[in-house]
Amino acid sequence: MNAKLADRIATAIIVAVSGFIVLLLAGLLGYIMVRGLGHFSYDFLTSPPETIRAGGGIGPQLFNSIFLLVLTMLITIPLGLGAGIYMSEYARPGKFTDFIRLLVEVLSSFPSIVVGLFGLLVLVNAFDLGFSLLAGALALTVFNLPLMVRITEQGLKSVPREQKEAGLALGLSKWKTIRSIMLPVAIPVILTGTILAAGRVFGEAAALLFTAGMSSPRLDFTDWNPLSPFSPLNPMRPAETLAVHIWKVNAEGLAPDAAEIAAGASAVLVLTVLLFNLAARWLGRFMYRKFTATK
Amino acid sequence: MQQYGLSAKDLSVYYGPKQAVKNVSLDFANKQVTALIGPSGCGKSTFLRSLNRMNDLIDGAKVTGEIWIGEENINHPKTDVVSLRQRIGMVWQRPNPFHKSIYENIAFGPRYHGVKNKKQLDEIVEQSLRKAALWEETKDRLHKSGLSLSGGQQQRLCIARSIAVKPSIILMDEPASALDPVSTAKIEELITELKQEYCIIIVTHNMHQAARISEKTAFFLMGDLIEYDETDKMFTDPEKKETSDYISGRFG
Repeated sequence: MNAKLADRIATAIIVAVSGFIVLLLAGLLGYIMVRGLGHFSYDFLTSPPETIRAGGGIGPQLFNSIFLLVLTMLITIPLGLGAGIYMSEYARPGKFTDFIRLLVEVLSSFPSIVVGLFGLLVLVNAFDLGFSLLAGALALTVFNLPLMVRITEQGLKSVPREQKEAGLALGLSKWKTIRSIMLPVAIPVILTGTILAAGRVFGEAAALLFTAGMSSPRLDFTDWNPLSPFSPLNPMRPAETLAVHIWKVNAEGLAPDAAEIAAGASAVLVLTVLLFNLAARWLGRFMYRKFTATK
Repeated sequence: MQQYGLSAKDLSVYYGPKQAVKNVSLDFANKQVTALIGPSGCGKSTFLRSLNRMNDLIDGAKVTGEIWIGEENINHPKTDVVSLRQRIGMVWQRPNPFHKSIYENIAFGPRYHGVKNKKQLDEIVEQSLRKAALWEETKDRLHKSGLSLSGGQQQRLCIARSIAVKPSIILMDEPASALDPVSTAKIEELITELKQEYCIIIVTHNMHQAARISEKTAFFLMGDLIEYDETDKMFTDPEKKETSDYISGRFG
């Protein structure tokens, strides 16, 4: 077999494999959308679910998913950035950092149901948080934090060494150099990682069953006092997310339109993730441009 | 001591057990260009990087000996490295402008060091760019990214950036080796211009460049300083055999 032929065969295989993956994804997405979109309505997106009758919506669940994402990211981003900056710029490479890195890897590949049980035993019971958004957010932080740490570390490591040296050589302090010279350059990498981490929050169900709970109180969307038990903003209330709701409706839904609700909710979930990705990317580009004056 | 911009006494640099620079003593005069030449791995860049304590950043690197600026030994654990580096500018082999606008690249340092007045900053930016012979080319696009400039312009921007914080000494690590001949000529012209105000220490692989722009030349080999003299003498009548071998191109 000559080199030219081998090259052609390799190209054909690679194209075929990529094509297959694209088709698979398109098929999956198309299936979810076609099944789900028929069920879309303003009512479906805003009204609370019904237990027995048909016509329930997913309003609170959609809100819970987004609110849980915000809460989780509020905890994850500062901690992850801090730890990532420490690992990349302050810690002396050695056994200790290798050990931390190992822990981080192990943590991020924990089975989510185990994290859920941990959340139930420690957060919900021992710390007495109850089934709550806060317990859910903390459980999700267990997965997201390692990802965030690693991404921040990689982002900073990917900044050319000369950039850092140029900052220091101008007489900038180490922190100023990291904050104003290196982080802006690392933003695209860090942001991509943050989006990945956030995507997991939307999709996660197992870790939330025992932490954020499988029910949502009747939310009063006119009450924005975070301390009131029916306020959507109360972080101490139980909160069923969209992914958990899909699981519950499929597993034990009694409403006659359970299958349609699951399909509709899946489509909403996929669309939300998509919209979130696009928005985050746009924000990242905007920030990068603002900091770096490119175009 | 005052006539020297900077003096190294018995300076040695170790990377772990390996001694990369061996007991080098060198005096660098003010308002002069001193070239450090030698084959790759001879320790000239390492030596240069220890002068503004850049080697502190490298794990396992240790610098012994003294570096005097005026009456102060700056290779001392108590030296305030941050304020020291403000007095010593640095230019790298590859242009490394910040990922910021041209204006910000220059204003960033002075602003950090306390110049808050917008007018004053504008002035510093203009002066620095003029000194770096870049003003005419950039005055209409100051708020475009520094990365939008050509390689040679980027390098001049880096020089402007370093002089904006008013150093007295500028270290240059092969500043023109990544540039085309036209840009190189511009950088060399700029260096000759700048030496009226600064003590310039330049590492170069290009011996013609050393001959063209420097008053004094130091030749390094395997971490040792072999010879240090007036550039003219070094290139016409060197004392040591190694120097003449290297300069005439017999090795390196």
